[in-house]
Amino acid sequence: MATKNMLASVFGRSPVRPLQQHMGKVAACANELGSFFEAVSAGDWAKADEARSRVKLLEDEADAMKTEIRLNLPKSLFMPVARADLLDLVRVQDKIANKAKDITGLMKGRKMVLPESLRDLFNSYVAQSVAAVHQADKTVNELDELFESGFGGKEADIVEGMIRELDAVEKETDKLQVELRRKLFELEDTLKPVDVMFLYRIIDWIGDVADHAQRVGARLHLLLAR
Amino acid sequence: MDQATLYIILAAAFGLFMAWGIGANDVANAMATSVGSKALTLKQAVVVAAVFEFAGAVLAGGEVTSTIRKGIVDAGLLSDTPEKLVFGMLSALLAAGLWLLIASRKGWPVSTTHSIVGAIVGFAAVGIGMDAVQWDKVGAIVGSWIVTPLIAGMIAYVIFTSVQKLILERDDPLARARRYVPMYMFLAGFTITLVTIFKGLKHVGIRLETAEAYGAAIAVGIVIALVGKYFISKIEVDEEANREFHFATVERVFGVLMVVTACAMAFAHGSNDVANAIGPVAAVVSIAQSGLVDQKATVSIWILLLGGGGIVVGLATFGRHVIRTVGEGITHLTPSRGFAAELAAATTIVVASGTGMPISTTQTLVGAVLGVGLARGIAAINLSVVRNIFMSWVITVPAGAVLAVIFFFILNAILG
Repeated sequence: MATKNMLASVFGRSPVRPLQQHMGKVAACANELGSFFEAVSAGDWAKADEARSRVKLLEDEADAMKTEIRLNLPKSLFMPVARADLLDLVRVQDKIANKAKDITGLMKGRKMVLPESLRDLFNSYVAQSVAAVHQADKTVNELDELFESGFGGKEADIVEGMIRELDAVEKETDKLQVELRRKLFELEDTLKPVDVMFLYRIIDWIGDVADHAQRVGARLHLLLAR
Repeated sequence: MDQATLYIILAAAFGLFMAWGIGANDVANAMATSVGSKALTLKQAVVVAAVFEFAGAVLAGGEVTSTIRKGIVDAGLLSDTPEKLVFGMLSALLAAGLWLLIASRKGWPVSTTHSIVGAIVGFAAVGIGMDAVQWDKVGAIVGSWIVTPLIAGMIAYVIFTSVQKLILERDDPLARARRYVPMYMFLAGFTITLVTIFKGLKHVGIRLETAEAYGAAIAVGIVIALVGKYFISKIEVDEEANREFHFATVERVFGVLMVVTACAMAFAHGSNDVANAIGPVAAVVSIAQSGLVDQKATVSIWILLLGGGGIVVGLATFGRHVIRTVGEGITHLTPSRGFAAELAAATTIVVASGTGMPISTTQTLVGAVLGVGLARGIAAINLSVVRNIFMSWVITVPAGAVLAVIFFFILNAILG
């Protein structure tokens, strides 16, 4: 008897669950930024190293999942959403994890020390940025319901609401970023110029994490708008 | 033993083998969507298939059987040499059976209908002469192979869009599912019954007036809807599953509906595909019994029973495993989609059966699945596989034809 059946193979593998799992992995990766910054603030580099290796591990796993998703989205697949949009979504999701890896890598490599007066603000800035990622994760988690309801009606409204909230969280991150930059500017003269440069860069990158999270929401919006 | 008895025994044996093959392989495609979406367990699917395949074959299988038996070959040319038609039909059965055996071993997407039609056209055109084939009928049959998946797709699109608008997109999908799902059940029961009464029942000797037919169809639809409503009312909200997936309970309501459409699908499959096995048998039997190329007599009921029985035996021996295998491959199809595809396909197939068109049930079902997909209902469809399935008859028809010609000359040499 034939083992491979033609009718069964008509149904391709749904990309929804893998996309959600990838986003979950990315969120777990970004989440480690919190403990990394706490350790750095406390000057505990052993602990920071642990957090950094967890970030690296999670980022690697997310990368592997991204590749798997791409391999399972051949051009001959007929889906209710554009294939390019899904590939774009996974790309943006993955950028979050990449950025988290970059941040921990740079800070660890340069053994960066956060100015004492900025530590609390830094920690809440990071927390806010990570919150944006979690909100993006929550929104991506509605993807299976979106597919079920056919991208319309009530479920679309729910997702739109979640995307609006994501935008709000990202806006908060922006505000914190402005404040952090302002305070750092005031301190500039008391710090080594090279350190200041890199602190600005880290501030930028933490903002990028929230930015990418917001872009995940924007990509979901594109899926809705058809 | 005289020639006539030998012919009847041979035809019955070959026909039974073919029906067995349909039950073992083909039924799986009709039932797997229900098993895959977990609307039915494997055991339930086998029981549903056995009962409704048999019922479909006996109650509504007559028209297609007639087409296979006397619609393709112009038997008028053979009134002097009726044994040629006997040999031809026997070789067609052998050819189609062999081709299906090869194809199912290799996992090729092959339709029993395409094999048998190809085989009959083959022996008639080469063994007897180009004039012996009723080309206009054959043209209509081939046309129906293209039209039926399209129609099934359109119906499925409309059904699934209505499900989205009426239930899935609303604020209270569960309450709406409980209200509207019995109506889809009514629709399924009503259409299938109506078509069967109008087109099928004359072969079992039942004739109803138009008003009676509508009355009976409405009655059947209402009974099915009420029974379904009762089972739906017993479904409790599963908070745990709903947290994971908000539509979990809604899908369980559709699961009840899918039991109904699975029955319809099995019935439809029986009504169309059993003819592939017993159409040639019926042709042989009528010639052997009368010695004439008889165009008048209707198909005897025992032949329909033979076909239905063969399918059930095939189902019981191998079909269960095939259904499980196919069902395991279809996990992404939720009942709200599966029912739409099944209802559309079943309706299309039963109408085709009523008009005597031998079509491919699998292609019709795939057409319906595509229809649901176009309504943004299915996460991913492999278009390359779909293309292979739709193009398969381009190979299958000539293959059946060539094999039938070979068998025809062999049988001619041995028996003739």
